[in-house]
Amino acid sequence: MSALEIRSPGALASIQDVGRRGWRRIGVPWAGALAPQLLRIANTLAGNDVLAPAIECFDGGQQFVARDGAVRLAVAGDAQLEHLTADGKRSLVAWRSLTLADGETLRVVTTGAGRLAVVAVFGLDRPRVLGSAATYARAALGGLDGRALQAGDRLNVIEPAPAPEQHLRQPPTPDAGPIRVVLGPQADHFAPASLDAFLSAPFEITAEADRMGVRLAGEPLVHRDAAAREIVSDAAVPGAIQVPGNGLPIVLLADGHTAGGYPKIATVITADLVRLAERKPGEQIRFVAVSVAEAEDLARAAEHSLQASLGDIVPLAGDGVIDLDALYTCNLLSGIIDGREDDGDTA
Amino acid sequence: MRILDMGDAAFSVEFGDAIDPALQARVNALDVAIEHARSAGQLDGVIETVPTFRSLTVIYDPLQTRRASLEAALRDLIAAADHAPASDGRHWRLPACYGDAFGPDLADVAAATDLTPEAVINAHSTTEYVVYMLGFLPGFPFMGDVPAALQLPRRREPRLRVPPGSIAIATGLTAIYPWESPGGWHLLGRCPVPLFDATREAPALLAAGDRVRFTPVSADEFDRLDAELKAGQLDPQQWCTPVGALA
Repeated sequence: MSALEIRSPGALASIQDVGRRGWRRIGVPWAGALAPQLLRIANTLAGNDVLAPAIECFDGGQQFVARDGAVRLAVAGDAQLEHLTADGKRSLVAWRSLTLADGETLRVVTTGAGRLAVVAVFGLDRPRVLGSAATYARAALGGLDGRALQAGDRLNVIEPAPAPEQHLRQPPTPDAGPIRVVLGPQADHFAPASLDAFLSAPFEITAEADRMGVRLAGEPLVHRDAAAREIVSDAAVPGAIQVPGNGLPIVLLADGHTAGGYPKIATVITADLVRLAERKPGEQIRFVAVSVAEAEDLARAAEHSLQASLGDIVPLAGDGVIDLDALYTCNLLSGIIDGREDDGDTA
Repeated sequence: MRILDMGDAAFSVEFGDAIDPALQARVNALDVAIEHARSAGQLDGVIETVPTFRSLTVIYDPLQTRRASLEAALRDLIAAADHAPASDGRHWRLPACYGDAFGPDLADVAAATDLTPEAVINAHSTTEYVVYMLGFLPGFPFMGDVPAALQLPRRREPRLRVPPGSIAIATGLTAIYPWESPGGWHLLGRCPVPLFDATREAPALLAAGDRVRFTPVSADEFDRLDAELKAGQLDPQQWCTPVGALA
């Protein structure tokens, strides 16, 4: 048995799986990874059950240290990594597994185009609370003591047998298009001109963006009349876009309330929810409406491409050294890393 | 009745837009009917249902089923729910310590309603409330109806931290906060009985359809109950009266 020490949780890190189902009726949200696709890719890279609990990381800054033996990690998400060994440090691109020897460190330096990365840990197991290991801090459920990870936390894991590292050959490419929504359930609470504005005007991601939801800034939306600013509370689901009296939308995410009294103008479709959760404060987004049937088709298409990605996970060539192919591929995609820059630091 | 869109993984069957026990009875009837159908192996792809004051939300997996086929499969169940009688819930008498540090808004509520604090406590604690729904936070019960004399809008400035156990009112509703949370309701007192415990088979103490009354207790009695509950020496079920056992 070895252990993973959290030297730094960075901006925010918590243990998540795909979340708990069946308890919204008593007010318990699903919680779970904001990007379940990344969770499934990371677990597959690490050699875990695809739905095992893993560590969801916001915005980078996380540092993980292997203790009492080797620890195998895998990172999914557009992130820059550093592997610190006794001999120095080397830069790595994500979408791969990496086995840390006792005492070695993995740093998630920063995330790239999106805010989220998922770090899977081989053999990480956590007790299920109401059917899930997902952290829901507000009610102290799941994860480690029901809270986000802190510096000094240790997670017991299984020491991996020697095996080739795995990588995803063709990481998913970000989609810059508008966020697709299905209008309703309370679109009729808004003035028709405001409904048009919702589907044409840009909105900005504010700093108030976390696992509960994302507050947007922009031209305030206008309710049909004063009475339309509130509803008799009804259920809310992840993706629901509620609009309180000030007219500024809030998109609910995995930890969002299960019920609320603000009208909901639209719901972000399943396939695009992660695209919204990934956006950084200051970025602009637009919404476009699709039908329920179109959104269901898009959910199925997204699952199909995820399955293709999972099938594209293969042993990493030149195991243990920088994979130049992967590095240059990432370079072309994100334009962030100069592959030669880190040669001096490479062990 | 109308069916409202909630994206590609949920829809809402809305029976009305008021707080009304008759609407709640229809919501619960459809909820029970869907549960029976699912136990019988029907309605594949339904993940869970969420009953509220006036609507039942059906959450489904768009990879397993589609809205159109679920709606067709539910048509008869929805029609049958339109004629549902109110169901009998359990009856609870929960201890409540009103005022002072536990009820920091009691004096303001008394002033705003032109009542004495004692009259506010009396009005709140002699009314039997229906649990309309759970939500907002795990185990949070939306209960009503608060007597007309006590009905006030929410506070203009919501509190950032409402202590767990706080008994609060706003509009026609009363609630107990199971968790520390921000909140805009008026705090009248505190209940020592934990409303949510993930280790219980039914984690939420209360369920939609239950009836609740509050019994005023002193601060000393509150402290004793609180300590004994935390030590596991008291079972919260002791405040529950089985249906039919009422005098």
